Amino acid sequence: MTTAMILVPRTPIRSGDVVMLKAMISHPMETGYRRTENGEEIPRNIIRRMICRYDGVEVFSVEMHQAIAANPFMSFGVVATKTGPVEFEWVGDNGFRHRQSAQLTVTG
Amino acid sequence: MRFFIFLALIAAVPALAQGIAPQDRRSGFETMGPEAQAMQRDDFSNPAMLGVAAGEAAWNSAPANGKPACSGCHGDINATMRGVDARYPARQANGAVMDLTGRIQTCQSQHQAITPEPRESAGLLALQAAVALRSRGMQIEAPASRGLSEAVSRGEALYRQRLGQLNLSCAQCHDDHWGRSLGGTRIPQGHPTGYPIFRLEWQAMGSLQRRLRNCFTGVRAEPFPAGASEWIDLEIYLRQRAAGMASDAPGVRP
Repeated sequence: MTTAMILVPRTPIRSGDVVMLKAMISHPMETGYRRTENGEEIPRNIIRRMICRYDGVEVFSVEMHQAIAANPFMSFGVVATKTGPVEFEWVGDNGFRHRQSAQLTVTG
Repeated sequence: MRFFIFLALIAAVPALAQGIAPQDRRSGFETMGPEAQAMQRDDFSNPAMLGVAAGEAAWNSAPANGKPACSGCHGDINATMRGVDARYPARQANGAVMDLTGRIQTCQSQHQAITPEPRESAGLLALQAAVALRSRGMQIEAPASRGLSEAVSRGEALYRQRLGQLNLSCAQCHDDHWGRSLGGTRIPQGHPTGYPIFRLEWQAMGSLQRRLRNCFTGVRAEPFPAGASEWIDLEIYLRQRAAGMASDAPGVRP
């Protein structure tokens, strides 16, 4: 089961503030370079891309490769303009896709 | 090469046989690097909290056979599981001594009538992490004060028993040489305060038994089978040794 956590600051946000968003998702990020005890290759299974949309507009995206650790954690700033959903989407190998969103509320 | 010279040196030192004084005890959290500490301090960067979130979801979801979810019997996890992990392993009503993992497996087989999830499975570790979080900051209770003195002494005997091809006991590293280097890493005192942990080396959650297995293979001893009573005895002794220290579960460790 995939679990993701998104953190939007709970303090009051004013229009024009830079807010830090954090997101973490459970994923093994198997590199494809390892082998089992019997020498069989463990196939690659990583998240390739993470996209963040704020109020429907893409504001941040990442391309990920094998060097990213398990359970990728991303933190970045966005300029708050208006109240709206912050939607994260993770896309990866083997048809992996997970979407989760949180509400960013701007007061004043 | 240096690693083996060091091992040869500690093997040559006679066992000091006394433990660590209570005021000198340090949890793995205190002795690990500042980056790993920062990762654990912020619940939002602690990967073990993903396990907690999955465990809380599992707590509230009933199995397909119509039997109750964990919450069906135990109710709100925040209320009923408070302090539970701090007093495990514990003696059950039927006299059996179980670790938290074994207790959850028993619930799954007896009350939910499902095949218990195996040890080290993500599902079981997640449930355990969700329960353990409810004891965070609380003091680990001494097993000897709960009628487990015999298990404590069996565990202590194991702790002081030389093992494996390297012929080393737990005590020789974790009592006599904690704080020194072994193969480039710092030897911790080995207090089980944060289990289940997210270990960076594993890139995954794992139990105390998995960690103990690592030490066994490290000294080239054959580990006991998963869930063996020897592991439980050892865990009980380690909890006795760490009694009064604060739980920081679920922890991050290097």
